[in-house]
Amino acid sequence: MGAEPTKLLQGTTGDWEVVVGLEVHAQVSSKSKLFSGASAEYGAGPNENVSLVDAAMPGMLPVINKYCVEQAIRTGLGLNAKINTWSRFDRKNYFYPDLPQGYQISQYKDPIVGEGEIEVEVEPGETIIVGIERLHLEQDAGKSIHDLAPKESYVDLNRSGVALMEIVSKPHMRTADEGAAYFTKLRSIVRYLGTCDGNMEEGSMRADVNVSVCRAGSYAKFQETGDFSHLGTRTETKNVNSIRYVKQVIDYEARRQIEVLEGGGEIDQETRLFDVKSGTTRTMRSKEDAHDYRYFPDPDLLPLEFEQAWVDEIKAGLPELPDAKKHRFINEYGLSAYDASVLAADKASAAYFEEVAKCGDGKLASNWVTGELFGALNKAGKEIEDSPVSAAQLGELIGLIKDGTISGKIAKDVFALMFEGEETGSPADIVEKRGLKQVTDAAAIEKIVDEIIAANPDQAEKVKEKPKTMGWFVGQVMKASGGKANPQAVNEILKAKLGLE
Amino acid sequence: MTNPADLTLAKLRDALKAKEITSLEATDAYLGRIEKAKALNAYVTVTADKARDMAKASDAKLAKGEGGPLEGVPLGIKDLFCTEDVLTTAGSHILDGFKPRYESTVTSQLWRDGGVMLGKLNMDEFAMGSSNETSFYGNVVNPWRRSDGGNTDLTPGGSSGGSSASVSARLCAAATATDTGGSIRQPASLTNTVGVKPTYGRVSRWGVVAFASSLDQAGPIAQDVRDAAIMLKSMAGHDPKDSTSVDRPVPDYEAVLGQSLKGLKIGVPKEYRVDGMPEEIEKLWADGIAWMKDAGCEIVDISLPMTKYALPVYYIVAPAEASSNLARYDGVKYGLRAKEYTDITSMYEETRAEGFGDEVKRRILIGTYVLSAGYYDAYYLRAQKVRKRIFDEFTDAFSKVDLILTPAAPSAAFALGEKMNDPVQMYLNDVFTVTANLAGLPGASVPAGYDRQGLPLGLQLLAKPFDEETMFKGMFALEQAAGANKRPNEWWA
Repeated sequence: MGAEPTKLLQGTTGDWEVVVGLEVHAQVSSKSKLFSGASAEYGAGPNENVSLVDAAMPGMLPVINKYCVEQAIRTGLGLNAKINTWSRFDRKNYFYPDLPQGYQISQYKDPIVGEGEIEVEVEPGETIIVGIERLHLEQDAGKSIHDLAPKESYVDLNRSGVALMEIVSKPHMRTADEGAAYFTKLRSIVRYLGTCDGNMEEGSMRADVNVSVCRAGSYAKFQETGDFSHLGTRTETKNVNSIRYVKQVIDYEARRQIEVLEGGGEIDQETRLFDVKSGTTRTMRSKEDAHDYRYFPDPDLLPLEFEQAWVDEIKAGLPELPDAKKHRFINEYGLSAYDASVLAADKASAAYFEEVAKCGDGKLASNWVTGELFGALNKAGKEIEDSPVSAAQLGELIGLIKDGTISGKIAKDVFALMFEGEETGSPADIVEKRGLKQVTDAAAIEKIVDEIIAANPDQAEKVKEKPKTMGWFVGQVMKASGGKANPQAVNEILKAKLGLE
Repeated sequence: MTNPADLTLAKLRDALKAKEITSLEATDAYLGRIEKAKALNAYVTVTADKARDMAKASDAKLAKGEGGPLEGVPLGIKDLFCTEDVLTTAGSHILDGFKPRYESTVTSQLWRDGGVMLGKLNMDEFAMGSSNETSFYGNVVNPWRRSDGGNTDLTPGGSSGGSSASVSARLCAAATATDTGGSIRQPASLTNTVGVKPTYGRVSRWGVVAFASSLDQAGPIAQDVRDAAIMLKSMAGHDPKDSTSVDRPVPDYEAVLGQSLKGLKIGVPKEYRVDGMPEEIEKLWADGIAWMKDAGCEIVDISLPMTKYALPVYYIVAPAEASSNLARYDGVKYGLRAKEYTDITSMYEETRAEGFGDEVKRRILIGTYVLSAGYYDAYYLRAQKVRKRIFDEFTDAFSKVDLILTPAAPSAAFALGEKMNDPVQMYLNDVFTVTANLAGLPGASVPAGYDRQGLPLGLQLLAKPFDEETMFKGMFALEQAAGANKRPNEWWA
């Protein structure tokens, strides 16, 4: 990590550093809620997924959902974090109509997952390590709807009691890009594990973004001492639900805070809201209005205790995670760290790539997947799961390049035909049917070369003085062959015929 | 024919099985008595139609020689237990009109075993009180009166005052009750009835309106020890819907009654001799010790020095949990909602101001205070530490003795109104009982004698966690030796 000078922001009175930490709420992918049997499915009609417990009827008691506990452990392991075999649920008390119990059951002092760390790829060649402070389980609240009637508000309790994992990072991010990259990486990890679907539009994943600024050099002091007083006062912007918005919030807050401080003002430790339209943040709750949540251990629940053996069993069943996969791609296929991380970031992309790589050339496979395929998918607005070109087809196509059946250029044409749906089935058959096989027969190529030299005597003279202009002849020959001539053979024959040897 | 209301639950059960009487006859007899006992104000709701329907169903089973251990027996239910489609108030205005769509685990087990519901019994609001005077539905009157010829209305104890009064006055064969700091044992002691608070986790809390979750435990108030044993067997048992309920088999408590106590060690803690305790209670305690000795027990003097901290700890822990448990009564979902309000905050404020009584408000305030930032460590956390020490002290004591014998309450029934203006005096009623709640131990009050005014007095037995069987053995011996089985004059009828 280290405070590199490139991360400084210039103000009018000197240089500043930005410090970012994220609290990410990830909804556990579970059939039922954290403490009740009601469905946790998204999209039901208002108040259809509400049990007596979720509605806080008198005398109702919470019972922990073991599946949700397992997902928290899986996620903790995916964050390389310490799993606490003894943890406890606390009540966070406050009044709000969409909080029927009048308290949220959360984990305050003793979370199920402790410290960990993950690798985050910010851009090609730049990887940072971000520390994880903790992960805890808690209930989601319901939803208040204020715009259905002039005076009344409505409450939908479908979300009330749904299991959330709150994943708290250490203040280890220093730029908007790093914050966004961390959020992206977290999403990639939970999706790999299947513990959260990462669907931000449906609110399955959202971030509270903590931002502070301090004078250049202060962060290094914080790192040395762990003393938070070296850092500036932070603001917390709530419920940011896209990677792009996370970036905007960090950029906006950093600039706003520097402006306030340089204008002689102070930053209040406050909760802020992000306005999507203007890309700005505004005060939601100042420190003075901060709730006193009166946390205390929930007496309706016993401490959450389990055997280390269960953790080990879960660990043994984990899929290969993005970091491990990335390192394996580098070692096994000789990919660059960046390409490897791009491919490993998404489970489906990684699986697709590995299928393509069966063609025997990992690097070429990676180039095709990250280049041609991702480009086409992006343009078509399609996910890799819906790719019209299957991994097997792409692998076979690359095989045809490698064995000299077609050139790279022809391969791109075949790829386009398959992607557009004009051709289906085996690329070898398509090449055969369309007569796209590369011409390697020297006599056939010589014939074309002779014709072109004969038709362009001036050019043939010129090329002797300026050998670089031979490219023009290559182009003409390729054109005349319909792109099928083997480029290497064309080069050799041209050199010989033009006397460039 | 004997009046079915003159039979204990056990005898009524046997008479029903022997077809000497029908459940409908017994039920009608009790409903008639309830009708005549309005002056006691023991019931908030009488479910006469439901009772007769249940009785008829029981009679059909009994006629075929079928039915559960409580088949056809008319019972009263403390209004803290949620009962399906039947108004459930917890003694509070704030639950106005609340009819649950579910049945508490305890009551559903009673109906499973054949019990018949007569109605819902009055209680202190949210079980907060020791005199039944905090009920929104008015105080219950103790069936017992002083023998001085006066007609001063006395308290039936609290919070289960409706339960104690109705069993004492034979307005039901037995009743359910709950005990958070003494709410079963103190009322039992004041009404010549038997009250049992089981080990924490023995009886499911599911469907019981929560007061203080880590202390609340349901149990029976009954005419005698055998009846209490029969009731507890039906009420107890593991419930997967209550994470704090314990999965272990329920013994047949009735089977141990009359078994020898020879060789049992009975602990007598010196710290339970409090200042200003009436001589009669001292004497009663000494009698109890002598009876146990006669039964072949060894008496062991023990010391429980943490006892003096029990009440202060209780009045931190219980209000803290209550302040959170009662947050759900906000006017949004069920029960009362104030008519006049301007916004959501004022709706909360007006509803809760109107819906809760003074004692409940007092405890919500105390609880909110002890949990608030800056005070949590000094009050709540410290109280929890002391609570742990109280538990450890009992664990240590129970390594030396099998049961602990103490008075159940520091005085006989007092006059209604006498302590209402002095909360601390009121709280002192629980001085002998709160320790069992804090340590999660089983405890029981058994009628043991009368004061010079002729008012009943009880003795308390405490036992090891989940050793209700030994406790019942001891209770039965005390009951036999004391023979304190008088009934109150039915001045109200």
